[in-house]
Amino acid sequence: MNGILSLPPLSRRAIKVWHRNLTVFIRTWHVNFFPPLVEALLYLFAIGMGIGSYIPEVEGQPYVTFIAPAILTIAVMNSAFFECTYGSYVRMYYQKAFDAMIATPLSIEDVIAGELLWGATRSVIYVVIMMPVLAAFGVISLPLALFAIPLAFLGGLMFAGIAMCFTAVTPGIDTLNYPAFLFITPMTLFSGTFFPLTILPVVLQYLALALLPLTHLVAVMRMLTLAAVTPVVLLHLAWIVAVTVLCCIIAINLMKRRLIV
Amino acid sequence: MNKVPSLHGPVSPTKDIRPASIPDVIQAKNLYKTFGSMTAVDGIAFSVQKGEVFGFLGPNGAGKTTTMKMIACVSPKTSGSLVVLGMNPDMEPAAIKARIGVVPQETNLDPDFTCFGNLFTYARYFDIPDEAAAQKADELLEFVQLTEKRDVPVEKLSGGMKRRLILARALVNNPEILILDEPTIGLDPQARHLMWEKLRALRAQGNTIVLTTHYLDEAARLCDRLVIMDNGRILVEGAPADLVREHAGQEIVEVETSDDVVACLQDLKVPYEMAGDMILIATGSSRDIARVLLDRCKPEKVITRPATLEDVFLKLTGRKLRE
Repeated sequence: MNGILSLPPLSRRAIKVWHRNLTVFIRTWHVNFFPPLVEALLYLFAIGMGIGSYIPEVEGQPYVTFIAPAILTIAVMNSAFFECTYGSYVRMYYQKAFDAMIATPLSIEDVIAGELLWGATRSVIYVVIMMPVLAAFGVISLPLALFAIPLAFLGGLMFAGIAMCFTAVTPGIDTLNYPAFLFITPMTLFSGTFFPLTILPVVLQYLALALLPLTHLVAVMRMLTLAAVTPVVLLHLAWIVAVTVLCCIIAINLMKRRLIV
Repeated sequence: MNKVPSLHGPVSPTKDIRPASIPDVIQAKNLYKTFGSMTAVDGIAFSVQKGEVFGFLGPNGAGKTTTMKMIACVSPKTSGSLVVLGMNPDMEPAAIKARIGVVPQETNLDPDFTCFGNLFTYARYFDIPDEAAAQKADELLEFVQLTEKRDVPVEKLSGGMKRRLILARALVNNPEILILDEPTIGLDPQARHLMWEKLRALRAQGNTIVLTTHYLDEAARLCDRLVIMDNGRILVEGAPADLVREHAGQEIVEVETSDDVVACLQDLKVPYEMAGDMILIATGSSRDIARVLLDRCKPEKVITRPATLEDVFLKLTGRKLRE
């Protein structure tokens, strides 16, 4: 049995799985294109301008400008996380798609890597659709904010890897609700998204930085959209890269353990 | 006499005329597969020659599907030796899988695509360029008679159509070995006959076919050679007709069970087997036995029929229900 941390052998064939998912996505573009647009507008109006009208400034920024990077980052997290939990689980368990794929030269490692790449790609697509809306409202600072696109890929890959770990160990589709509500929902609220981390007790601040991946992604994203990059960005990026690599490797090994008997 | 015509028909004579020079495309020796403390495949040996149809028969849980999965490089063996197309599945799975086609027991077509889309997408997994993949997909749709359903989503297909599409999918890479795990499961007689016709056509083109089935008439019709497995072991191996001759005799007389008949048979010293509410007598001359029975034992019902693979199967694996 291979170790959970052993480096999985991958091949370029992973792209074929990614391509398969992209083909389905493009064919159903009309259901995939509008949610990001609508979501961006809803957040901007309800929280940015609604709640924001009671809040003069946060950290020297208009409230809506403060939460703009959070809107992007939460979209990155949700699109990759839900794609690689419910989406991948349906393909694995109900559609038996992975079984069909591994009967071809694709290995299970290729299949899971392709799914992870696809999860990250969905994050990128989401951000690309949202950015013009945020730009039109003047809440992100171009051109530096364009770096949000590669960042979406990195962040998406991190959440895809985390999601796939849950998918690999979940007994059924219903139990995927646990990470969704116990991990994703609190993270959405307590990662420096809608209020600065600094107003939390110090202990909680450290916990958020240590355990909530979204914290680091929001921090980097905010530096980009506010055009205020400081050297701390390197620490955040290093944390993200490390967790991404670790989770993706563990996800692939756990999935192999689940599917290859 | 209440004679019922056989449903199975006589088994076809074997065509075992292969010279020794024909290479084995699959060779297993002392092959084991265990899941925890359960032994699914318990030290089996077999070889499949190029161009033959080779069958795996056995009750549920015999180890047939596990064996198929090991050949198809999706389940690693526990121990022993397995060579497929001259390669080791543990070392070169991608190279082996590129040259085999698999029809799984479960229908796992891609519901997000049409018939054409399924074949086209699958061809891509084999690194077939798009243009060639599209051409191959249309060719195969014609072969399995689904051209009219080309652009229909797969969930709209009947069970028989889905199985045919899976057969087509298994052929996208022009495989040298076709592996079928219960290819006709759940199909109506028309759909089964069409599937058999396609498999015979593939065999005629020189393809090697390995299949499992629960339908013994299917095995008798299609297989050049077969093995009967039970509890992870191979019980017998041979051509269907030879197995029937060796293990079940030529003909079978079936008599409805009653105390009188049993007593009568014991008097006559005719060897028989109890099978539920029927008594089976294997014989070389069913007419003579039937006549004697009718004259002397006053049975309710007597049936004579040729011996079939089913008789061999039940004799070797018993009549106990497997679940």
